[in-house]
Amino acid sequence: MKCQYCEKPATFHITEVLGADGPQVMHLCEEHARTFLSKESPTPAATIAGALAKQLKLGGKPSAETEQKECPVCGISFFEFRNTGRLGCPYDYTHFESELEPLLVNIHDAPRHTGKRPQRAPVSADSQATLIQLRREMEEAVEREDYEQASEIRDRIRDLEASGNRGSDD
Amino acid sequence: MNGVRPTQSGRRKSNVRRDQTFDELAGKCGEWLRGTGPESDIVISSRIRLARNLADFPFIRRCGDEDRLSIERTVRARMDKITELTDVRYFDVDELSEVDRQFFVERQLISRELADNDGARGVAIDPGEQFSVMVNEEDHLRIQVMHSGLSLETAWDQINRLDDLLESTITYAFHPKYGYLTACPTNVGTGLRVSVMMHLPALVITRQIDKVFRSLQKISVTVRGLYGEGSQYTGDFYQVSNQITLGKTENELMQQVAEVVPLLIDYERRARQFLIEQSEKDLHDDVSRALGILCTAKKISSEETMHYLSKVRLGVNLGLIDDVAVKVINKLFIHTQPAHLQKLRGKLLGSSDRNIERASYLQQHLSGQGKRESGLN
Repeated sequence: MKCQYCEKPATFHITEVLGADGPQVMHLCEEHARTFLSKESPTPAATIAGALAKQLKLGGKPSAETEQKECPVCGISFFEFRNTGRLGCPYDYTHFESELEPLLVNIHDAPRHTGKRPQRAPVSADSQATLIQLRREMEEAVEREDYEQASEIRDRIRDLEASGNRGSDD
Repeated sequence: MNGVRPTQSGRRKSNVRRDQTFDELAGKCGEWLRGTGPESDIVISSRIRLARNLADFPFIRRCGDEDRLSIERTVRARMDKITELTDVRYFDVDELSEVDRQFFVERQLISRELADNDGARGVAIDPGEQFSVMVNEEDHLRIQVMHSGLSLETAWDQINRLDDLLESTITYAFHPKYGYLTACPTNVGTGLRVSVMMHLPALVITRQIDKVFRSLQKISVTVRGLYGEGSQYTGDFYQVSNQITLGKTENELMQQVAEVVPLLIDYERRARQFLIEQSEKDLHDDVSRALGILCTAKKISSEETMHYLSKVRLGVNLGLIDDVAVKVINKLFIHTQPAHLQKLRGKLLGSSDRNIERASYLQQHLSGQGKRESGLN
């Protein structure tokens, strides 16, 4: 979907519930979302997406260095996250922790989880990150048609999955 | 085992699927509009969803085709092993025709996003339509439980059990400090979204709805339309949900929503009382005209239908219309949606033909015997 004011993709979908003509849905690119939100009165954000957009705006534009910072596991840059509002892999929460924490504090009540926890003993985060990284490398190998490399990586993924899973079944 | 079965393929996008499951579902009302349970004249349904991701895959946005397929296969195979989920039916959403996908969206069994996404994705649905598990939506897993009326605690017990079952065989992405990790930071932590769907026509008529919702935003509760974020407030249906997901327990988040619902019920009841006291004749006229239009129109859009059905529902609940059963109205809300109408009529219809067919369907069920019976088909 395109932004309703320009040709860029709409990454923010904001429902304005306070308008005189009743609720109105806005589909905006980041830039127009910023403009739209900056015009708003300082009332709490109307929607969840709006809250995120607002926090990204309040955070100001990070330094070029931060923007270019990339996750070594999935390859997403902080710029791409800011642009889309979506992270690339679980490891991003660790890699971008210093950038994400102020955002999480602003969106949520507190930056620490107090709810339910998985009952199983956690599997090594390192091997999970390695798996994600290998999957990326395999896709890249397939893209450049290096099937020998892709097949090697696939074997490594299978080995790792087999050692990590109690019951591999697929 | 007859657990998570693959769906038939090879018939995609050709015609309206004559599938037993679809026919069975189409004849029914759907859990969320069943219209039973506590406070069911105002509270339509209680819904809880949990966002979960597999620990060893990138989030959907960074997933290639192969990754999506692996996730889908893994989840499907693991669910197949869970004996408690034997009756669950799995649908390969990518294989479904557009009208079938729309049908599931209308029943709130899948999101618009899952319907519109590309690539391997699916949904597991329980036959009673109380729960569904979406695979490869914004997160790898979106588990949802839905109950008629106001029953958050029951819904939580059910989804918590379901989550435990899935977690016994799937390793979730979890961080000791940030909880369940999600693609969007607005869902991280509990991954919990509690939504109570309410029918608030009197607050709309008395123009108090905006004021009420403005006050809600101050207490971390958000309001969305019938079909989720970004959808319009069709038929005076509103979903009240928690805004945050991190830093509070699931129970505390549910309480936030649960505390607001009785206030909204009270406001709506007072607005209804006000309308009766101040302008009963006007209101009676308004709801009767709405019924008149639904009974006699020859072409009617889905939006217009929702608008008038909402008024009729109010009229029935206030005793101003006494010869139509509320369950008939509840069913008509869903049966007159585009995909349902096509399923029930057994053929694909263009927008203009749908409007004609919808008018005839309404007439059929709002006149004579039909209006007292809920056995619509």
